[in-house]
Amino acid sequence: MPDFSPAELAAIALSLKVASVAALASLPFGIAMAWLLARKRFPGKALLDALVHLPLVLPPVVVGYALLVVFGSQGAVGAFLAERFGISFAFRWTGAALASAIMGFPLMVRAIRLSIESVDRRLEQAAATLGANPWRVFATVTLPLAWPGIVAGGVLAFAKALGEFGATITFVSNIPGETQTISSAIYELMQVPGGELGIWRMALVAVAISLLALLASEWLVRRQHGRRGEGDEP
Amino acid sequence: MLSLDIQLRRGRFEREVRIEDSARVVALVGPSGAGKTTVLNAIAGLVRPRSGRIEVDGRALFDSARGIDLPAHRRRVGYVFQDARLFPHLDVRGNLLYGRHAVAEAGPRFELDAVVALLGISALLQRRTANLSGGEAQRVAIGRALLAQPALLLFDEPLSALDQARREELIPYLQRVRDEVRLPMLYVSHHPDEVRRLAEAVHRLD
Repeated sequence: MPDFSPAELAAIALSLKVASVAALASLPFGIAMAWLLARKRFPGKALLDALVHLPLVLPPVVVGYALLVVFGSQGAVGAFLAERFGISFAFRWTGAALASAIMGFPLMVRAIRLSIESVDRRLEQAAATLGANPWRVFATVTLPLAWPGIVAGGVLAFAKALGEFGATITFVSNIPGETQTISSAIYELMQVPGGELGIWRMALVAVAISLLALLASEWLVRRQHGRRGEGDEP
Repeated sequence: MLSLDIQLRRGRFEREVRIEDSARVVALVGPSGAGKTTVLNAIAGLVRPRSGRIEVDGRALFDSARGIDLPAHRRRVGYVFQDARLFPHLDVRGNLLYGRHAVAEAGPRFELDAVVALLGISALLQRRTANLSGGEAQRVAIGRALLAQPALLLFDEPLSALDQARREELIPYLQRVRDEVRLPMLYVSHHPDEVRRLAEAVHRLD
């Protein structure tokens, strides 16, 4: 590979950090939401389901603007978090992670929900008759059996975060070293003449990271299946 | 001893089921669709009767008049399902020990070694559940239910998924369980032969 400029390296490192934090931090919420949608019946469920899917269909710039309004330094939640906990999202990499997490959330929830729905409820019932309370049933039966979908959901969210552009740039702008990810670096390179080589370099890096993530998840899922299905009867 | 008197909803109909029997091992028989499995599910806490009362040795599991409805995990009802329902992500030992956190008031009554010997499954302990034959899977399921220290055992046609030879293989184990664990049992079946060889009393649902 040709040598990367310091700004390009910073963008790559930042993209990895933002995508990892976005995927890992949203995973518990994704699992909880997926379980709620897969296993519970309650009024307003259809509305909640639609809200979760909203980032998938809204223009990303709308999501970014909404984040700016709510989590910006003047926003209701943003001001509260900054004052009480010293957590700030505006124009910081944490804001990029938040924006990516929200954009990837529907994909994550979909994958995990499908895998929770495919867990045989009769096994959960059997666990309950063996004295397991609902938490233990979830932790020892539902979660391990839904594991492939959870890995897939995490990887999807990671890959989506890597490619996120619109909401991120709207919310936290494009500041080299702080909020400039691979996507926004490519965008900036496109604004200047003679940036083609840099664009290619960054694009290849994006392809390589995404491929690695997908291969890694495939490997994890296979390993789990292998352990379980060893010598399956026909 | 099991004593129950419940109203169950079955589609648009309602039916009453009463079982008061001093016999320890009761067979529940009747045509398919009569609601035998629903009765077991109601006892285990997997479906809620419309109203009524379910007691095991004087302990109320469900009593609509007194507002009692214990959740399934607190009923101490061992349930052996038609289809074994072993956990596919655990090996045989993991399945057997799954209910070990269930606490019995008087300390554990059934220990792993004794249950394994009773059911003849010591050679299977390290096996994956996918490799078990139907009869082996049912023996593991019975052991798993016993090790959760139940106060009552339910059997839902445990032989129906097996061929004749496997049935003959499993029946002696069921007889041993019946004779050695001394728990109240409710055994659903539609095989008169099975019922004759296992149960002390017969209750018919129509």
